[in-house]
Amino acid sequence: MGEMALKLTSSGLFRRWLGPAGIIVLILFVFFFPRLMDKQNIWNLFFLICLHISMGQSWNILAGFAGQSSLGHAAFFGIGAFITRTLWFDGIPFALAFLIGGLAAVAFAMLIGAPTFRLRGAYFAIGTLGVAEVLRITVSQNLPFISTMSGPLIAAYDLPVRYYLSLGLALVTTLAAYLLLRSRWSLGILALREDEGAAQATGVHVLRHKLLALALSSLFAGLAGGAFAFQQISYYNDAPFSPLWTFDALLITFIGGLGTLAGPVVGAIFFILVREQLALNLGEVHQAIFGILFILIVLVFPGGLVEAWERIRKSFKRK
Amino acid sequence: MSLESFAQTLLFGLFVGGIYGIAAVGLSLVFGVLKMLNIAHGELLMLGGYVSFWVFNVLGMDPFASLLIVIPVLFLIGLALDRVVYRHVVRLVGEEKIKNSLLVSFGLTLVIQNLARWGFTPDERTIQVSYAGAGLNLLGVTLPYTRLGGLAIALVVTVLLHFFLHRTYPGKAILATAENWESAELAGINIHRVYMLTFALGASLAAIAGTMVITTYGISPSVGILWTLKALIIVVLAGTGSILGAFPAGLLLGVVEALSGAFIGQTYREVIGLVMFLLVLILRPQGLFTRH
Repeated sequence: MGEMALKLTSSGLFRRWLGPAGIIVLILFVFFFPRLMDKQNIWNLFFLICLHISMGQSWNILAGFAGQSSLGHAAFFGIGAFITRTLWFDGIPFALAFLIGGLAAVAFAMLIGAPTFRLRGAYFAIGTLGVAEVLRITVSQNLPFISTMSGPLIAAYDLPVRYYLSLGLALVTTLAAYLLLRSRWSLGILALREDEGAAQATGVHVLRHKLLALALSSLFAGLAGGAFAFQQISYYNDAPFSPLWTFDALLITFIGGLGTLAGPVVGAIFFILVREQLALNLGEVHQAIFGILFILIVLVFPGGLVEAWERIRKSFKRK
Repeated sequence: MSLESFAQTLLFGLFVGGIYGIAAVGLSLVFGVLKMLNIAHGELLMLGGYVSFWVFNVLGMDPFASLLIVIPVLFLIGLALDRVVYRHVVRLVGEEKIKNSLLVSFGLTLVIQNLARWGFTPDERTIQVSYAGAGLNLLGVTLPYTRLGGLAIALVVTVLLHFFLHRTYPGKAILATAENWESAELAGINIHRVYMLTFALGASLAAIAGTMVITTYGISPSVGILWTLKALIIVVLAGTGSILGAFPAGLLLGVVEALSGAFIGQTYREVIGLVMFLLVLILRPQGLFTRH
């Protein structure tokens, strides 16, 4: 699976330029298309896609590359949203509040990661699930009301700015995942996914590599939370802590392809487009359908859409 | 704090702890034998609560008597889930198995929760029995009958489970499979039947906890994950190899939560379980109720 992540660049001059050219066209499209349309629902749809790319990629860095399944990404997202919004409403410039929100998520992640990563098994998953739920309950009990932007903030509200922030975040997150895969660190990180015992025996500092992956992952989840807090005019204080944020990140990564760079991008686009349709036609039940889809992917087709595409391409090559 | 109210807090902690304990024993049994973590355990508890609720409302059956219906229903649901979903996870080995069981059951949580919300509405349900307010009064400390009955049932069930596991053939087969499934299979035990039985037993234990929850707190479609979390924390406190050790660990968590709720503040009482979880991992990762 390690190679699959780097398979984006394959041999041949044409192929060599096809990938980067496609990426540039895609970036130009997502940059200009919403501006050309200039409709509120388009801005919002593209915002949601970018936000979910960041969340999926963040989960992918930790689970897809380092092999550590977090069941509490909602905690990092929620902390980012909560800290960013609180500081921003208190008059601190948004950019600063946004960064502090991301770093706060990292600090919290370290608090859970340091003790649970020392042990193998499911302790990290239980710990992250625990943090997310405890935070959600504690926030809903202590701040059981709706958080709304103040009048001046609403008057100055500009949706395109929100969108370009989320677009930037999605690009930076994906770029960071790419650079991580190209770096020396990736050797250790991918090794501990494949076989933790063997990685340790060959001299990989397991704890340090796990914590690095967790730090990157929680940073981007926290920043995504900050972007959400910046975009939403009002929501219940515990909304960003909902376990659905974790589930969406998991589902997106698995739909696209776990452990691949393109996976979360493809997964997020597919997920948001389908979700909007299903939610419109089916209401609440659509979550159950996604749940069943997720179980099927994990059990039957863990490679997701990226692997499906690779298979199709290979079968054409043979002819 | 007066002595009476301290004793009252302590006892209520024990009452809650009994529910925690029985919920955690079910999860721990499944984990010990099938070596997979079922995040959907709390959803089974929630379904058990709903079955008890409907039995009470439609047949007018007392919740304690309704266990005679609730347990078989959840036993069957457990069998079905094992066949349809978990059988595909049990095949895997080692870390891959735990990881996939976490992911699959996390997805299942969402499915059951949303179907319950659609079928039962998001309203919170609770059972008010005629003797809900009544109770014993011992030296100024009240012991409501519903709570006393719940704790008694939890204790009896734990003792029965102990005898079942150590004294009967199917029980011994379960313990043997937990110890080493390959040797158990070589010794002629049908381990797939053991897995099915174990999972269904785990679901039945969740159902008992659910019945206790609906007579004291109330059940809504979204409560499942909270109970899963409590049970997970308790399993880690007890030590992941100790099936029945989960019961005393549940009592301990109940008491500690009740005391911290009284001294630190009710709105922060959930935090204490997580703190205990992290402390145990740092200081005694093998758990509090294991022998080595």
